[in-house]
Amino acid sequence: MTVRRVMGIETEYGISVPGREDVSATVASAHVVTAYSRQMPGANRQRVRWEFGDESPLRDARGFDMSRADADPSQLTDEDFGYANAVLPNGARLYVDHAHPEYSSPEVTNPLDAVLYDAAGEEIMRRSLAELQADPQTPTIRLYKNNSDSKGASYGTHENYLMSRATPFQAIAAALIPFFVCRPVITGSGRIGIGRAGELPGFQISSRADYFEEEIGLETTMRRPIINTRDEPHADANEYRRLHVIVGDANMSQTATYLKLGFTSLVLHAVEAGVDFGDLALVEPVIQMHEVSYDTELTRTMLLRDGRKLTAIDLLEIYLERATKSVLEHDEQTDDVIERVGQILGQLRADKWTLASELDWVAKLRILEGYRKRDGLDWNAPALAMVDLQYSDIDSHRGLANKLMAKGSLKTLFGQDQIDLAVDEPPIDTRAWFRGKCVTRFPSEVAAASWDAVVFDTPGNEALQRISTLDPFKGTRAHVASLFDRAGTADEFLALLEQS
Amino acid sequence: MAQEHISRKPRDKDSSDQAQESVTKSSDKAALDSEVDDLLDDIDSVLEENAEEFVASFVQKGGE
Repeated sequence: MTVRRVMGIETEYGISVPGREDVSATVASAHVVTAYSRQMPGANRQRVRWEFGDESPLRDARGFDMSRADADPSQLTDEDFGYANAVLPNGARLYVDHAHPEYSSPEVTNPLDAVLYDAAGEEIMRRSLAELQADPQTPTIRLYKNNSDSKGASYGTHENYLMSRATPFQAIAAALIPFFVCRPVITGSGRIGIGRAGELPGFQISSRADYFEEEIGLETTMRRPIINTRDEPHADANEYRRLHVIVGDANMSQTATYLKLGFTSLVLHAVEAGVDFGDLALVEPVIQMHEVSYDTELTRTMLLRDGRKLTAIDLLEIYLERATKSVLEHDEQTDDVIERVGQILGQLRADKWTLASELDWVAKLRILEGYRKRDGLDWNAPALAMVDLQYSDIDSHRGLANKLMAKGSLKTLFGQDQIDLAVDEPPIDTRAWFRGKCVTRFPSEVAAASWDAVVFDTPGNEALQRISTLDPFKGTRAHVASLFDRAGTADEFLALLEQS
Repeated sequence: MAQEHISRKPRDKDSSDQAQESVTKSSDKAALDSEVDDLLDDIDSVLEENAEEFVASFVQKGGE
């Protein structure tokens, strides 16, 4: 293993209905989810419910049932909408989490695919809005791939990495705390305002840093910890743990997402290989995390427990060097991540503005500084806050990051044709392929699905049939494509699965 | 199978990359400034109206 491992990104999108404060965010979010479901292959069918696991009686699995799916969205209550859920042809999950539409990408095996399926999530949100707004009676809805309203509320973009259970959690946490404190200089999306509610005027590198208050913990919504201890592996728990990373910013820049997943996976590889990062422990890491975010000149030093004083760039260079040394088997993507991270750290040291075409926070800051200079604006000018928000608008024309990408001012790694394919096709090399193909091929017979199971309700069987997909590496195209090819019906498919 | 057409690699050089290289290679202040001026003109044309009200009404509930 190198940068390659099972991974994925969950993104909660910010949502607003301008001029309609009476519409609840939960209802609006459910509109987004159900609108996409309506245009999926086999629409008008029963929507695939989320399967909540062995302990829940399947017939009681929460989600839309037939009658709810057929109802006009306006007839549904807030509570109904809270359960809006769809399992998508590309293996992702689209649902309402609290008061946000959330896209959980399918499991992929490498950082580039993670970028592709994250971008597919943006496209899915765009298509959903297009479907909704085609009805003139629907109020205008805006979706933002960001993390904060700058009034105190924050919502997450969570990364997930499958790791070996054999690696001690303490070693993981010790290595990752300083890494996550420093990582935003590459992965930050930038934010106007200092403090959780933007109490002080200014600009900071990370949109998330101010919302973190602890070093290690289970919470995600209050007293957020740098290291989150949630550990539902959705896989064999004896063999694997799932590292649930909640500190990350939502990135518009594909390069930032790529290096976020790539560099993190590389460091995890080093930790799994026994590389010790213990000497990099910081004094007061939570405070350092905030201070790194405020230091747009990238020159501030942090005090380490051993007395050294290093900048975020210094520390990340140490991480890169040690992790690179631990790589024994090289592959193209691993070498590319190592090379690009090295280049970017060098550029950050020399002249950050050379990264305005690659990193979100630099791209955003350059625009904001341009406005400040041209129009003589202070940091608390509403126009600057508008730029900050609209940078992450997912709309192709209105969204500022998308505008930069269309003009070539922000580099992309994937073209629209590749993203369109990833909307409909699951990754071929994980169980997401099985899940995605099941809901595409047998939309009427898949009663529920989750990361680790697909549940069939077929004419030929009185009982529901739960197909476990506990192993993320099984159910790939290579494993099961021939079964899909040979089966005419869902019952035939299940019979073939049983024989295989 | 359609999936086979998804390249597992990023595009090394697309036209936007090439266009961009000429910009990022020179960190020349004047060149950057003039590119930013062009960008601002473009952004002006799409920025939401009534920025103050729009931003004030963007109130989210927590998630996660």
